[in-house]
Amino acid sequence: MLKNAVFQSKFLPYWLVLPQLAVVLVFFYWPALQAVAQSFLLQDAFGLSTTFVWFENYQELLADPDYFSAILRTFVFSVLIAVSSLSLALLLAVMADRPLRGSMFYRTLLIWPYAVAPPVVGVLWIFMLNPSLGVIAHGLRAIGVDWNPLLDGNQAATLIILAAAWKQISYNFLFFLAGLQAIPGSVIEAAAIDGARPMRRFWTIVFPLLSPTIFFLIVVNIVYAFFETFGIIDTMTRGGPAKATETLVYKVYSDGLLGGNLGSSAAQSVILMGIVIALTAFQFRFVERKVNY
Amino acid sequence: MVEHRRFGNLLPHLILWVGVLIVAFPVYIAFIASTQDNATIANGQMSLLPGGHFLETYYRTLFVGSSGTTREPVGTMLFNSFVMAMLIAVGKIAISLISAYAIVYFRFPFRMTIFWLIFITLMLPVEVRIYPTYKIVADLNLLDSYAGLTLPLIASATATLLFRQFFMTVPDELLEASRIDGAGPFRFFWDTLLPLSRTNMAALFVILFILGWNQYLWPLLITTRDDMQTIQIGIRKMIVTSDALTEWPVVMATAVLAMLPPVAVVVLMQKLFVRGLVETEK
Repeated sequence: MLKNAVFQSKFLPYWLVLPQLAVVLVFFYWPALQAVAQSFLLQDAFGLSTTFVWFENYQELLADPDYFSAILRTFVFSVLIAVSSLSLALLLAVMADRPLRGSMFYRTLLIWPYAVAPPVVGVLWIFMLNPSLGVIAHGLRAIGVDWNPLLDGNQAATLIILAAAWKQISYNFLFFLAGLQAIPGSVIEAAAIDGARPMRRFWTIVFPLLSPTIFFLIVVNIVYAFFETFGIIDTMTRGGPAKATETLVYKVYSDGLLGGNLGSSAAQSVILMGIVIALTAFQFRFVERKVNY
Repeated sequence: MVEHRRFGNLLPHLILWVGVLIVAFPVYIAFIASTQDNATIANGQMSLLPGGHFLETYYRTLFVGSSGTTREPVGTMLFNSFVMAMLIAVGKIAISLISAYAIVYFRFPFRMTIFWLIFITLMLPVEVRIYPTYKIVADLNLLDSYAGLTLPLIASATATLLFRQFFMTVPDELLEASRIDGAGPFRFFWDTLLPLSRTNMAALFVILFILGWNQYLWPLLITTRDDMQTIQIGIRKMIVTSDALTEWPVVMATAVLAMLPPVAVVVLMQKLFVRGLVETEK
């Protein structure tokens, strides 16, 4: 990590890091510390006085059945989003990895949803699945499904998961494709000469060699499902009906903004920070070690 | 191909086409809806072929605005989103380049402390420290300003790490050589290091532009004036809870317009973007 050739200068390096350091201190560390501090405070209803209450906000939070159902819900959403978008993306990447005519065409058409913003994704899907005028909703009605996500919590959740997974397919597809292309063709040919059929070759050679990518993507997808689904949820269901689509991040937002409960909102933020740090550390420990670039 | 099969590549083609259909269908529907008139859609009689209202809807969306909750024309929102995305991309690249340069090419006290201070910011997205950040931006009088929109999003380390990693791979001989030529730190940075970083900068620009363009929660909190709204916020405000009031053609036209810039950037710069993505995220 040390370069042998460096410049000597007493003040210049400080001037160079100053802009970034200033931005990071003011807009990152200061608010992060405030969040931690705020989580130990209790504010009265009018915001006139605050009292230091140690872990009361946390205790209240952890005793709140609503918070536990939000944790569980976020977890279920994450797993469903990750599993569905990862498996579809893997299938598509394996197909696009073959020397096919027009493979560039397929790749281009498959990667661009990466660039579509979550609220736009939400708008697209809510339109297609709108009970009274959506194209897909009509189809569902035709096959006898009583479709009304505005009232039915499970249907609303399905809506969110569908839209979120749809957006994530392209991202996963890109990484799978890159991972597949890094596998040397000679290994697969050797297995073919030994008489291994395509399915067997996939499960015994390709899949294990791809496992670091898969692992990495699982972590990324979980982080995505935690944070970036906010825009989708807010445009599609706003956490409803009856909190059926309220995830942890959405709860931070709605408790803080709509409920005005800053202490609890801050405590939730701190818990979320803990989760993200744990996930990142987990990823570094288990993925970075196994992957050779 | 390892082996030849009788039906060739029929199955992969089929699967890929289904994939393309799944990915493209929502966008196709959006485009179709944006060309039809509101009454037809509200009645649930939307056809799957383009209607005749293309020019009319897009003109109204861009320059006039919808009659519903947001009266600001989408043209203004596009402009705001563009400024925000550019400031985030350019600002982040600029401050990260010079701080990575300092960390790699200079020895100074607290170098590692500063590096770690920057590194830790990788882990926490703006979403988890949203209220305190909001309060600070409000205290600094930056609500409804481009500075307030962009600075908190610039405060993270992805770009610094990428440049640091790249600078580490630049051979020492280059620095020796430009030293012999009499170049100081500024000359070396400007004449040698910057041109070498061009591809990295371009890839990063694509990613950061999209990131900035697609921001939602942050602008939702800190913009209150209609004329400071970004397109992502505008589009959600257009959806009125009661179906009858939502002007779906305008909403769908806005969705199409909101998608165009980032998608164009991705498609045009596909190669660079893919490389940058693989390098930064891993």
